[in-house]
Amino acid sequence: MLSAGEKNPKLMVVSGDLGDSSGLARFKNTFPDRFINIGIAEQNMIGVAAGLAKEGHNVFATSFAPFITLRSGEQIRMNLGYMELNVKAVAIGSGISMAFLGNSHYGLEDTAIMRSIPNLTIVCPADCSEIVKTVHAAAEFKGPMYIRLTGAVGNPPVYTEEYDFEIGKSITLREGSDITIFAIGSMVYESLEAAKVLDSVGISSRVVNMHTLKPCDYKAIDRAISSSKAIITVEEHSVIGGLGSVIAEYKTQFSKSPAHLIIGLPDKFGKTAEYKFLLEKYRLVGNKIATDIQNFVKNL
Amino acid sequence: MNHFKRIESMALFMRRKILDISYLSSHAAHLGGGLSMVEIMATLYAHILKFDNKNPHWVERDRFILSKGHGVLGYFSALLAAGFITEEKYNTYLKNESDLIAHPIMNLDLGIESSNGSLGQGLSMGIGIAYASKKSIDTQYKAYVLLGDGECNEGSVWEAIMLAPQLKLDNLIAIVDYNKLQSDMTPSSEIINFGNLAAKFESFGWDVYDVDGHDITQLIQAFEAKHVKGKPKMIVANTIKGKGISFMENNNEWHHNILTKSKYELAIAELED
Repeated sequence: MLSAGEKNPKLMVVSGDLGDSSGLARFKNTFPDRFINIGIAEQNMIGVAAGLAKEGHNVFATSFAPFITLRSGEQIRMNLGYMELNVKAVAIGSGISMAFLGNSHYGLEDTAIMRSIPNLTIVCPADCSEIVKTVHAAAEFKGPMYIRLTGAVGNPPVYTEEYDFEIGKSITLREGSDITIFAIGSMVYESLEAAKVLDSVGISSRVVNMHTLKPCDYKAIDRAISSSKAIITVEEHSVIGGLGSVIAEYKTQFSKSPAHLIIGLPDKFGKTAEYKFLLEKYRLVGNKIATDIQNFVKNL
Repeated sequence: MNHFKRIESMALFMRRKILDISYLSSHAAHLGGGLSMVEIMATLYAHILKFDNKNPHWVERDRFILSKGHGVLGYFSALLAAGFITEEKYNTYLKNESDLIAHPIMNLDLGIESSNGSLGQGLSMGIGIAYASKKSIDTQYKAYVLLGDGECNEGSVWEAIMLAPQLKLDNLIAIVDYNKLQSDMTPSSEIINFGNLAAKFESFGWDVYDVDGHDITQLIQAFEAKHVKGKPKMIVANTIKGKGISFMENNNEWHHNILTKSKYELAIAELED
């Protein structure tokens, strides 16, 4: 955020009293007049961000996923959607990484809400390095955006080498001839792990990082439809309205398209536990994803 | 013509145009709240706001946000009077796919700064605009936001009320069109009783003016009063819903209603008296 701020003098940050939790302390200290702590008032935060954006600023607004998307959903709809103002709404700790903070803090349905609002670009980076790339890309991007951050500190990296990142363009991380796994956010790493397991049982998997959910990279889906026996989507989001829905909605127009398994969080408010425990429970870890895919493919 | 007379004649022109277009449209329109804000808007557009109707994008213009978005009759008629929109454009009100519908649609070419209609959002945007102006080195402008009293039921209004003094936005001016009626027929005091609204804003750190919202002299004084350093200004404009047309005044049947030919003729005759 700091280096994006140095490069872009019109970049501003507003936060609903989560500046420090969002790792914005350095930005705040370096650019005190470009950071506003709005107070615990997310609706006002989005409105203020919109006013700043109207006057030529590119404004990053941060809070936890349910607060920024649902609490201020209508402010996002009016200001980012309807008026297309240059605000980047950033959800910290979406999915279930908030662990013991509970369902009140989880981002289960945030993508479903955001993606049904016209004009929003939606990006969900796969790891820390991709978050950096997303922030830099968003700092240069003119228009409203929802940035969904998943995973937790200490999550293993997907990328160990420099690579090209472009909003709206998916990244094929590995090729495979049997199935295509589309993954997003924290589930990109787990899907790569699953692919390794699947290799050992003779299922060759392509893994695609769909970091931009909207506009969606339909070419990558076309390719999967024409070349894969099955399509799998994996996301740390409700199975309703996320990546799985995006791809299902698209492929339903084709009379011949491969079967599709949607892997994600169940449509429920479950019990609260440690993040890793929940990922295991909901079968969102590499080996369990692999088992579920194997069973799915076997029955086709 | 001195500015008092100019404002007075703009207000009369606006009321006539509000009636004309409501009748012409043949649709229900928010007449009550459109009429209660006429003097506020005429004072702003005839005397207070800094703008150039030939260049609506002028960067140093003052920004006006209609937070009570249903008040378009009082807004479009002011934009017509101020030369932002043509008579031809004005007459497209409530025509299919028109730029001018029952709530503002952002269109700076027409002098419309923002899209509204969902209540309780305009003051937040005003804060962002005022802050940006403060931050700007080369251009300074003010942000004016008109709210309804019913709109102040929205919690988000109070989020903004709390923040503006904190940010020391003495270039932000909010006006509440305090007409004491909202959507239902029940008086506002029996729904959410704000009582002394001015005292409430004052306690939050605003520089508050409690005026008769149809008294041009009082409005001018409040708008022109020197800004208290570091304090946003709030003008509580006590108004009458449906002001100017006797059968609409304080009669909430005219919150949103169709102006028939006979009622239109009756109303116009009253104005011409």
